[in-house]
Amino acid sequence: MKTRVYVTLKNGVLDPQGKAIHHALEGLGFAGVNDVRAGKLIELDLDPSVADADVEAMCRKLLANTVIENFRIERAAEPQEAQA
Amino acid sequence: MKSAVIVFPGSNCDRDLAVALEKTSGTAPIMVWHRDTELPQGLDLICLPGGFSYGDYLRSGAMAARSPVLRAVAEAAEKGTAVLGICNDFQILTEAGLLPGALMRNAGLHYICREVPLKVENGASAFTGRYEAGEEIVIPVAHHDGNFQADADTLDRLEGEGRVAFRYSGECNGSARDIAGILNQKGNVLGMMPHPERMSEAAHGRTDGRRLFEGILEALG
Repeated sequence: MKTRVYVTLKNGVLDPQGKAIHHALEGLGFAGVNDVRAGKLIELDLDPSVADADVEAMCRKLLANTVIENFRIERAAEPQEAQA
Repeated sequence: MKSAVIVFPGSNCDRDLAVALEKTSGTAPIMVWHRDTELPQGLDLICLPGGFSYGDYLRSGAMAARSPVLRAVAEAAEKGTAVLGICNDFQILTEAGLLPGALMRNAGLHYICREVPLKVENGASAFTGRYEAGEEIVIPVAHHDGNFQADADTLDRLEGEGRVAFRYSGECNGSARDIAGILNQKGNVLGMMPHPERMSEAAHGRTDGRRLFEGILEALG
């Protein structure tokens, strides 16, 4: 079962990479971009027996550094992949 | 002084650190591999060298902080053994929760490799006894993720308890309050981004870093 963990910087934590992406977008002429924050997406293929609490423990112990990062867990049977 | 240097896959300052320790103390440190679950008995000092442990995967220091040997290091630190973490291992010590805060990507996004002036903030710790508080020294940095961040309460506590060991004299990497190195509450764990082992012999141009090792030797005997 696919589980997605989104790791993002907490509000108020300076994100130098997001800033650089923002500047690059402006440099390409895209207007109206107010802010950019960069994060991580971690996909886990989990046995259905793995409890939500275990996934949360994984996030707290390793996947996110909760000093500076938040995480969000998305458990889905089969996520729909967008076709490019 | 009986010391050990922990070696992770991707450590690249372990041998420089071993040379600096041996030249200062007269005794070569024991090199300990990251898979080891026990440390040699009777250590006075555990050193964690700089480098790119586990390729900096996930976050700098994140993997090493969960390696078997780090559990042994944490137990030793709890019992009062001195622990010195340089550069990548300052990152590991924060990831392992032995020191507060986190080290993020440098504010300017660039890897910084140069000599930087540092102000010694605490000249009375078990690591900094050979420096005077307020003194300016020069030690090189070489890092991509040296931008120290913590919440305002933590920063105030670090300052109030004399736990800021070194501060950059001027802007370096975006670190909160220009913090370059901090101590834990008991004062037996020091994490710092600059590399004292790279400024410890006359041939390095300056010897400001050697005094850190001399200070440790003096404090630990």
